[in-house]
Amino acid sequence: MRINCPHCGPRGLEEFLYHGDATVKRPADGGAVPSKEWTDYVYLRENANGPHQELWYHSAGCHAWLTVTRDLSTHEILSVQSP
Amino acid sequence: MTARRLPTGGLIDRSKPLGFTFDGKSYQGYAGDTLASALLANNVKLIGRSFKYHRPRGILSAGSEEPNAIVELRDGAYREPNTRATTAELFDGLTAASQNRFPNLKYDLLSINSALAPLFAAGFYYKTFMWPAAFWEKLYEPIIRRAAGLGRNAGMPDPDSYEKSTEFCDVLVIGGGESGLDAAREAARAGGRVILCDETAALGGQSLSDGKTIDMTLPENVTVLTRTTVFGVYDGGTYGALTRLTDHLQVSSAPRQRLVKIIAPQSVLASGAIERPLVFGNNDLPGVMLAGAVRAYIHRYGVAPGTRAVLALNHDEAASTIPALTAAGINITGIIDSRTKTSDHLKTIAFAASAPIFTNATLNRALGKLAVSGAEIMLRDGATITLPCDLIAMSGGWNPALHLTSHLDGKPAWSEGIAAFIPGELPPGMRVVGAAAGEGINANIQPLWQSGKSSAKAFVDFQNDVTTTDIKLAKQEGFASVEHLKRYTTLGMATDQGKTANVNGLALLAQAKGKTISQTGTTRFRPPYTPVPIGALAGAHRGQHFKPKRLTPTHDFATAQNAVFIETGLWLRAQYFPKPGEGWREAANREVNTVRNHVGICDVTTLGKIDIQGRDAAKFLECVYTNSWTNLPIGRARYGLMLREDGFVMDDGTCARLSDHHFVMTTTTANAAKVMQHLEFCHQILWPELDVSFISVTDQWAQIAIAGPQSRDVLAKLIDAPFDVSNAAFPYMAAAQLTICNGTPARLFRLSFSGELAYELAVPARFGNALAQALTEAGAEYNITPYGTEALGIMRIEKGHPAGPELNGQTTAHDLGLAKLLSKKKDFIGRALSARPALIDTARPTLVGLKPIDGVTLLRAGSHLLPPDAAPTAANDQGHVTSAAYSPTLGHPIALALLCNGPSRLGDTIRVYDPIRNGDTLAEVVAPVFYDPSGSRLNA
Repeated sequence: MRINCPHCGPRGLEEFLYHGDATVKRPADGGAVPSKEWTDYVYLRENANGPHQELWYHSAGCHAWLTVTRDLSTHEILSVQSP
Repeated sequence: MTARRLPTGGLIDRSKPLGFTFDGKSYQGYAGDTLASALLANNVKLIGRSFKYHRPRGILSAGSEEPNAIVELRDGAYREPNTRATTAELFDGLTAASQNRFPNLKYDLLSINSALAPLFAAGFYYKTFMWPAAFWEKLYEPIIRRAAGLGRNAGMPDPDSYEKSTEFCDVLVIGGGESGLDAAREAARAGGRVILCDETAALGGQSLSDGKTIDMTLPENVTVLTRTTVFGVYDGGTYGALTRLTDHLQVSSAPRQRLVKIIAPQSVLASGAIERPLVFGNNDLPGVMLAGAVRAYIHRYGVAPGTRAVLALNHDEAASTIPALTAAGINITGIIDSRTKTSDHLKTIAFAASAPIFTNATLNRALGKLAVSGAEIMLRDGATITLPCDLIAMSGGWNPALHLTSHLDGKPAWSEGIAAFIPGELPPGMRVVGAAAGEGINANIQPLWQSGKSSAKAFVDFQNDVTTTDIKLAKQEGFASVEHLKRYTTLGMATDQGKTANVNGLALLAQAKGKTISQTGTTRFRPPYTPVPIGALAGAHRGQHFKPKRLTPTHDFATAQNAVFIETGLWLRAQYFPKPGEGWREAANREVNTVRNHVGICDVTTLGKIDIQGRDAAKFLECVYTNSWTNLPIGRARYGLMLREDGFVMDDGTCARLSDHHFVMTTTTANAAKVMQHLEFCHQILWPELDVSFISVTDQWAQIAIAGPQSRDVLAKLIDAPFDVSNAAFPYMAAAQLTICNGTPARLFRLSFSGELAYELAVPARFGNALAQALTEAGAEYNITPYGTEALGIMRIEKGHPAGPELNGQTTAHDLGLAKLLSKKKDFIGRALSARPALIDTARPTLVGLKPIDGVTLLRAGSHLLPPDAAPTAANDQGHVTSAAYSPTLGHPIALALLCNGPSRLGDTIRVYDPIRNGDTLAEVVAPVFYDPSGSRLNA
């Protein structure tokens, strides 16, 4: 697999680390209480059959976190953006 | 000239004879031969014994699809089992041996397995040898492996070297036959970079086997990689290829093979087609060959693979075998055309060769014991006749070599027109041309899946000994889907991956089910197309080169001090510094005693160091650490704890404030990269509005711990005036930038992992080794000693500091007694979920100290903790020992452990149970800080 890093150009998969769903948002309540919102944020993920926005880290490159839209059924990368 | 070598013709060089041995006997071949062609030229037809039944096997094909002629190549450590004689290029001095024979090829005692065939039917592993269970490992499996074993492993480290490379091109052309060459020329005209790969040594493909002359010219922008198999298609236009660099040479110090990753947005698959065997009785006898292979041996290698031949076919293209046989002086005793009507095309060619045609007839079985001596033909009326022959050339049609099209899940489609699977959905950017696309093959074909009605074994998968009976049996027993058939019969699961077997197998299954082939479906293919040595995948990454090695800045100093080194992650760290006569324990104990009473130095460069700057640096630290940072004064350091967002401890370390907007963070050695990644995530994704940036400076700064009651005295000798290191001016947890040794820039932190008065002194990495020497000289009068990770570990256990074994990803701040570091006034990573009831349950295993009741028995990390009288069961398990050591300071063994309800059980007795190493002793539960619990020595 190749990811077209907006800073470095297209690079091989081995330069990147996968993180996961890019659409989950960290609750803004300060986190005093372990609410359902928090457990959902940390644990609950959709397993999409199709395009999926996910975070990748260019660990062996520019250290940028990237939002990659990838079709999970084909591995086709539809877009790569800085978040 | 050898027995079957033709006087002229072929692409071999008759002026370059090559000597080789097979099963210890010497033979001669020529440059340009494969092992298979050279053996055939010497009239050697019996090459090996089959996998299950030990039946005699010869040479079926002339390419990488070969299932029968599987041999061991070379000797000693170079020995490579299960290689195909049909692809091994001959070189002078090549040694090869047959496989699966006992005691020798001609008289194989285990061919009795053939008589025991019912025992070895489909699924025999599952049906036989089932009872008693213990016999499987001890008796059945070794016997089966002995009997069915493939070639012998060399049993020694691979002496060859391998390398890897990455190539980029605009168009990758896979296959250097006529279609591939056309495609390469066409692609090159567009001006881009083109790579053309072919798995054999020469371009030309099937045309070489058919004696055809084709246009071989290529423009300059085509890079040709011969002896290169493209074995896999991966995402994003990535292809895996293997180039055999020196396999065709006798001796070479150059790398043997190269793993090539090819990046190509577009590719053209021109991999040709693979001929289908006919399935008739004894179709595995040496002397039964694919018709295309017969042509290859005649045209490409100048070998006549027989003297009298029967040709069996069901399509027109195989007719080209007739003139080839005639040209090689091989008499054709019969052409068996299974079609209901023989085409005019075949008739014309056969007539010219005066070869009799038997229309609507089928091969019933091959006759002969170790080689073909005749062919039994079933005529259209059911009568059988026998034709004398020593060669049966057969063709059941061709299968496009579409394997690569299905590596990304593309499903081949059945074409009724050519009775073959053709490529279905293609990998992005791939185009298929020529025979691989089903073009120009199987003219006027009339499929024939089972030839004749003989009760003799008719093989579908030669390499795994799967017969027509096995397929019918599998269907009968309910294993009737293609995937089940494959696993139950092992059809297509040998090293040849069923290249000649799969389609025949599927067709026979479809027949047995009374369905069409498209209804029955097909399995898909996975990489690799042909076997890839593990050595090639490893490349240079083997032995000590498996991972990069990181040396500390004081490595030379440590080596000179007789250090024994230990790998910690990628780092090589000094473990202990033995004096003459000392083992590791004596050395470590002496080092601890010296630090506790005098002074010692230890390289701590390996801890991750992250430089953090920006107006919001302190605010950012508040987010990632559980404790508070905005109130940290300039010139002070603080211990910090990081959680993961799920509330468990991720890492710990110290962080010092050098100026209002400038901090230096340390991480554990193991988590340095992970923490860096985490900080980048927190900044770029969670809090991009914060003005902060950071960079790893682990490699830029050498850092040395100076620990012990006399550390200040030693340090004072190196520090440039007017810097004051007195306790009042530079107290515990102070931090400063200064110069040492007449102007060398340095950073000084008053931190202590040992529990003694201690400092960490950092200098630019290039001065690290000199600093260690300077400290050693300055400390000579105080008996200074370097100390390693053993002494470091003992002292941190004496002080009850959690480290790797306690920060194991499953512990919380509460578990480690660090709950007071969880700020209640701010948000931080992990705050919410660390407060989950189960994570703050006091019954959780919590950090305690242990000391043996008898005062002498060593406790071992990993031991389980049980109530003293409880049975050693998982239900009674109350925790485990995380870190253990003999404390030279206290004079008895100590340990840190995670124990249920730990802090409330101080003074209790607990059983320390270690059944794997026969450990079973009682220990007293104590507070985790064994040494100087008040911390008075830190502040001295």
